[in-house]
Amino acid sequence: MKNRKYLLPVAATGALALSLTACGPSGGGGGQATGVDCAAYESYGKLDGKTVSVYASIVDTEATSLETTFAPFEECTGATIKYEGSKEFETQIGVRAKAGNAPDIAIFPQPGLLTDQATAGNLKPAPKAVSDLVDKNWSADWKKYGTVDGTFYAAPMLANVKGYIWYAPKTFKDNGWEVPKTWDEMMTLTKKIADDGAMKPWCAGFEAGEATGWPGTDWVEDVVLRAQGPEVYDQWVSHQIPFNDPKIVDAMNKTGEILLNPKYVNGGFGDVRSILTTGYAQAGQPVLDGQCAMHHQASFQAANWPEGTVVAPEGDVWAFMAPPIDASKGKAINGGGEMVGAYKDTPEVQAVLAYMASADFANTRVKLGGAVSANKGLDPANAQSELDKQSIALLQDPDTVFRFDGSDLMPGAVGSNSFWKGIVAWVNGTPAKQVADSVENSWPKS
Amino acid sequence: MEFIGGKFLQVVIALAAFAAIIGLIMLLVDRAPKSAKDKVTIVGFLAPAAILMLVGLVYPALQTSLLAFTDAKGQPNGVDNFVWMFTQPEALATLRNTVIWTVLVPLLATGFGLAYAVFIDKARGERVLKALVFMPMAISFVGAGIIWKLVYDYRGPGIEQTGVINYLRVALGMDPKQFLLDAPENTIFLIIVMVWIQTGFAMVILSAAIKGVPVELVEAARLDGANPWQQFRNVTVPGIRGALVVVLTTITIATLKVFDIVRTMTAGNYDTSVVANEMYTQAFRAGEPGRGAALALILFLLVLPIVVYNARVLRQQREIR
Repeated sequence: MKNRKYLLPVAATGALALSLTACGPSGGGGGQATGVDCAAYESYGKLDGKTVSVYASIVDTEATSLETTFAPFEECTGATIKYEGSKEFETQIGVRAKAGNAPDIAIFPQPGLLTDQATAGNLKPAPKAVSDLVDKNWSADWKKYGTVDGTFYAAPMLANVKGYIWYAPKTFKDNGWEVPKTWDEMMTLTKKIADDGAMKPWCAGFEAGEATGWPGTDWVEDVVLRAQGPEVYDQWVSHQIPFNDPKIVDAMNKTGEILLNPKYVNGGFGDVRSILTTGYAQAGQPVLDGQCAMHHQASFQAANWPEGTVVAPEGDVWAFMAPPIDASKGKAINGGGEMVGAYKDTPEVQAVLAYMASADFANTRVKLGGAVSANKGLDPANAQSELDKQSIALLQDPDTVFRFDGSDLMPGAVGSNSFWKGIVAWVNGTPAKQVADSVENSWPKS
Repeated sequence: MEFIGGKFLQVVIALAAFAAIIGLIMLLVDRAPKSAKDKVTIVGFLAPAAILMLVGLVYPALQTSLLAFTDAKGQPNGVDNFVWMFTQPEALATLRNTVIWTVLVPLLATGFGLAYAVFIDKARGERVLKALVFMPMAISFVGAGIIWKLVYDYRGPGIEQTGVINYLRVALGMDPKQFLLDAPENTIFLIIVMVWIQTGFAMVILSAAIKGVPVELVEAARLDGANPWQQFRNVTVPGIRGALVVVLTTITIATLKVFDIVRTMTAGNYDTSVVANEMYTQAFRAGEPGRGAALALILFLLVLPIVVYNARVLRQQREIR
């Protein structure tokens, strides 16, 4: 190789040329959402050239829907919303805030996380316009989840409804079973199905990698809320009563009547303990095969069924709300949702916050499917599925008492650690009282 | 495309900046007055590495040490985190499991690796036989965890088994078993995964070392009438002592830090947690960075003597040669 010394510069030039072509203009960008009536967006003002960064745990198709929801706002105001979704949001938001690299707006899936950021002094209190919108469009319960130490920080965005019990309408019809209206009726039905012997009444799965156990916390929260009522639930979540209070241990034992009974679980997978090794997304499948009759999971289970499954009252699967235990405690449901907090209070950030708290936002987003909101300005006609319609009806019903997922409200050391682990130990054979004692021990002292 | 192009440009600029800084340092060192040239050269070339060490290693280490004495809100709380570590049953189980891991994995992996290396030495198809055992090394710990989780998978009696072992158990007329749920044997089932990965590493290093044992010594031993066991015991093992120490210490350090296997297979549930897993859980999920830092500190103290021992043996070896 006589001319080897020419090789290096040639290669370098080549690489440089490649890199230069790679960063040429990309063209296009931000498809024009045609037919938007900008009149509704005039109040947000002209924000040409302004950029607002939004950071959240929402990824994939849901992220696309969210960005589509921002499109009319961007088009009419001229602002650019830079959205970034990450599955590591829960750990990364703290790191980014500490490192001085916080986004302008963060969408918190857990009020506990919001509280941490607010107490650390990172978040800006919500502007008055947002506060007024929340007073108008949400119930006081919801406003409370965005309030820390009396200061209102974050408006709710979307919601999901927990405590649904999924079943196959055809199986119920063929066997002449009725959808139970009370917890006692549900237990009677459970016993009847178990005695028939054709299938197990329940299937369950709590496996979720490092988060194994969380579907079980939903079960227990549902029972605490329905058996003890919202006051006790609030006291429990805020640690005004200890975690191992007899009322809570009772609720766990009541849940255990189903989950720890080898005759009642675990259709299609094995014994009681197989609940721990069954992935929560697969756990419901035996409902379709007729190996179990019922499966307890939040509204998002609709997306966990195999492709082509019809989710409707007359379809392959449908869901009823876990029935009340004590009628005197009212119609209470459990759910989750997102809170929109801001790290900056520039006019463009405030405008985006106001838009996200508006009924326009809720309607635009819900129309895209796969989401509901507790915003009272939401038109139920925009719901894209029967289930979304039912969820909206539940959320907007003035009789409904709504409570946020308890483990999301508890401190991280409990809500995303010892409570999950406690559920795992409990299903694995540790008595409820002992589990509750150990979770109580892990509650941060302050 | 725009994104990739942007990143690529950033890399090119960073590399160019790096080259420019190094070039500048070299130039300045070269231009230094003759009298101070030696000192300037030493400072000039050591300083960049030393600064990076300080920023990237020493400072975080000090910060972690300080963090170990604070509570969840960042307030100093004395030795509370260490008290927690040595009193809470869950934390104690974590320490106990780490000890079981560090005792069993290096011994088993090195033992199996050594035996295999000796048996296939100069055998026909040695390369293929080596590759078979070495292959698990190429699989990440997370991948291995997922594979073995499927191997251990469980379905109730009367339901078709999906896990290999339970399938065989049922075929042999036994009941299926929940391998990962029963303490303490579930720790052993996790350890098997690590041994499966590390045996290949031990085997390759030891096999190479065995080939380095002088043929004359082995011949002499044979002529003196030593049987194969005596040859192995008195010639081969002393001949590969250095390699054995390296293998044992390397696997021990890897085992002390084991995290991925436990995390993917049980997430530390069912009394299987180890120090590294608990460190992550406390720091990032439970929001107790102080406890996580305290565990990290303990892990550091556990690894330190092994690293020192490893370095000393290596130095002795070099002196002998």
